[in-house]
Amino acid sequence: MIDFELDEEQQLIVETVNKFAADQIRPAAREADEAATVPQRLVDAAWELGFIQGSIPEAYGGYGSGDPSAITGALVAEGLAEGDLAIALHLLSPRLIVDAVLRMGSEEQKRQILPAYLGDSFVPGSAAVVEPRMGFHFLSMKTTARQEGSEYVLDGEKCMVLLAAEAPNILVYAATGDGIGAFLVPAGAAGLEIGEREKSLGLHALATYGIKLSGCRVPASARIGGDAAVMLRRARVAQSAMAVGVAKASLDYAIVYAKDRDAFGVKIAQKQAIAFMLADMAIETEAARLLNWEAAWSIDQGTEASREVALAHRYCADMVMKVTDNGLQVLGGHGFIRDHPVEQWVRNGRGFSVFEGMASV
Amino acid sequence: MDFSLSNNAQNRIAMARMLAENMMRPIARQFDEEEHTDPWDFFNMMWDASKLNREATTLGGGGGKSSGDGDKKKRSENTLLACMQIEELAWGDAGLYLSVPNPGLGGAAVQAVGTPEQKQRFLANFYEGKPKWAAMAITEPHFGSDSKQVATTAVRDGDMWVLNGTKIFCTAGHRALDKSDGFVVVWATLDKTKGRAAIKSFIVPAGTPGVTVTKVEDKMGIRASDTAMITLEDARIPADNILGTPEIIEKDSRAGFGGVMATFDSTRPIVAASGIGVARAALDLLRECLTEQGIKIRYEASPYEQTVLEREVMNMEAQLQAARLLTWKACNMMDRGQRNSKEASMAKANAGLSVTRITQKCVELAGPLGYSRKMMLEKWMRDAKITDIYEGTQQINQLIVARSILGYSSAELN
Repeated sequence: MIDFELDEEQQLIVETVNKFAADQIRPAAREADEAATVPQRLVDAAWELGFIQGSIPEAYGGYGSGDPSAITGALVAEGLAEGDLAIALHLLSPRLIVDAVLRMGSEEQKRQILPAYLGDSFVPGSAAVVEPRMGFHFLSMKTTARQEGSEYVLDGEKCMVLLAAEAPNILVYAATGDGIGAFLVPAGAAGLEIGEREKSLGLHALATYGIKLSGCRVPASARIGGDAAVMLRRARVAQSAMAVGVAKASLDYAIVYAKDRDAFGVKIAQKQAIAFMLADMAIETEAARLLNWEAAWSIDQGTEASREVALAHRYCADMVMKVTDNGLQVLGGHGFIRDHPVEQWVRNGRGFSVFEGMASV
Repeated sequence: MDFSLSNNAQNRIAMARMLAENMMRPIARQFDEEEHTDPWDFFNMMWDASKLNREATTLGGGGGKSSGDGDKKKRSENTLLACMQIEELAWGDAGLYLSVPNPGLGGAAVQAVGTPEQKQRFLANFYEGKPKWAAMAITEPHFGSDSKQVATTAVRDGDMWVLNGTKIFCTAGHRALDKSDGFVVVWATLDKTKGRAAIKSFIVPAGTPGVTVTKVEDKMGIRASDTAMITLEDARIPADNILGTPEIIEKDSRAGFGGVMATFDSTRPIVAASGIGVARAALDLLRECLTEQGIKIRYEASPYEQTVLEREVMNMEAQLQAARLLTWKACNMMDRGQRNSKEASMAKANAGLSVTRITQKCVELAGPLGYSRKMMLEKWMRDAKITDIYEGTQQINQLIVARSILGYSSAELN
């Protein structure tokens, strides 16, 4: 029956994630954005908390008690992103490999690949999905994977590949002729060229790169699963959840500011124009959250949920742009200054209409 | 977390859907064109059906057993089921749904704050005899949102109350007072100088001397529903027809005024659900038209290849589902016994806006067919608009949400 309540385990996870995001991530966010780096102590602290290990079932060496649900993944993604999006994407990057292997991989691949992500310290993950052209869409890729004997040959160009230079493997998504396949390419593979670190509108703290694949050969065993579009839909669910987290950050910050700022003899929060803007932001954020939860739930029921995911994705991307823009607007001139995080959230928020394969549930 | 429909829910929806398709849609256009007429066959049929299943059409929960699963350990989902059912009935026809003879908002008020004796007198035997209606009369010509401006007076005279004033925009007021043995709950003040604390509600039965329905409005939409102006001139009712205490308690919160305001927490999601039904009707029909034209909605097509039409339809589907989920969340909280005023107002504010936009957009996208009265899209646009106005306007609900998220009282934010 219809129910929106979280179970006990989910509540505990949300409490833990929110505390970490508020106490550790948010205070580090500005400096991370300016210095374009995620502090190692934060990475280590997150590793201690075990978000990644918790998403891997015990049978494969993780802490997870059962089949990791997309809903729980969405809850974690939202909470971390509310702290900071770039840092959250960094901390969750191992799931780009782990989730694909868990969902689509063979038993052999699970035994081979997962242990690397269950060690004493954090090991980054990476995935290459987006291609550097205006007409890019996740279901029409130009990067190709051609089968030749017992190998696949990869050709093409990708951009927005997070942690490509830092991760031991990159999961490259490519067109196979009858759909999309995912191929685990090791760092240093012949035919893999990692470009300069990218500079973007937002996500400054997250290292992303363009990569080129020129006749890059991988063994057949490097292919994870069959039709990999399912992982890209799961990525959209994770991203939509993060959009909700970023929007919530903006809403909450604007509320605090508006209750403190004086104008015309009252706090600006007492003016209807501002109060209504904040109310609409709250309603839109919650609406987006629920739509994406339903999409996540549909995936957990084993359906493709392509329609639900597509609707939630579009809605969340539009919502976060509107909400973060209004969040900046509430701060007026001060919103334009980098001392406040609202302008960064606008720059990060714009990305959600472009991101593909940046996170996973 | 669960987005599946229980057996109870599926049954309730299926039954309501049958009613909507078979009994409401065939007469919907007729009672839109012929305003101020009464679909008695429909009334009688719904009345008989309600007698069989009390839960089926009462607003505000009406006390009764749940039908279906029969597992006592299962959490109640009464509010949720009511919303789902009402969405279906409104999908059939919003005006006819509002016209169904039932305790309505008047009954909900008695249910919320009535004494056991009052509930016995006015609700226990409600479904006996011929169809009847119970209505709620709050609005007056000079106010709608600012409900503490009630100027209708109630003066004690021996063992009676004497009411004087004018009420407008009373849904089902005409049928309650003139077409049946029903009643209207009227808000009146004991003392205009004492503000909100002096506003009480009074049960005014049909046949009360001094009570006249002086106008039945000509409306843009929901034309099957009667909207009454009621004039009270020395209208006399028994002293025990007052709901709540006759004491004027300053800083009153729950007793009387506050208690009735709290019923909005369940009625707002329900009104949202009715709007959602209308918008869904429009979207369903638009989708049928598109299919007939051979136009498919490719949800995962690249934005560079999607047509504007596909994008608009996707947006509307997302908006509609978002409205539905916000409404269900408010219901879920109520069913779990949690305070849901913020969520109820979120649902209402969102639904009011979304169903207005969706129904307007459907007329636009259907072109000349949308504009013609040969098809229902133009009617549904006219029917949907009221969703954003009654039971708390868009702006009032935004205000309530704002106060909630800002932690402000009505004095701090108004």
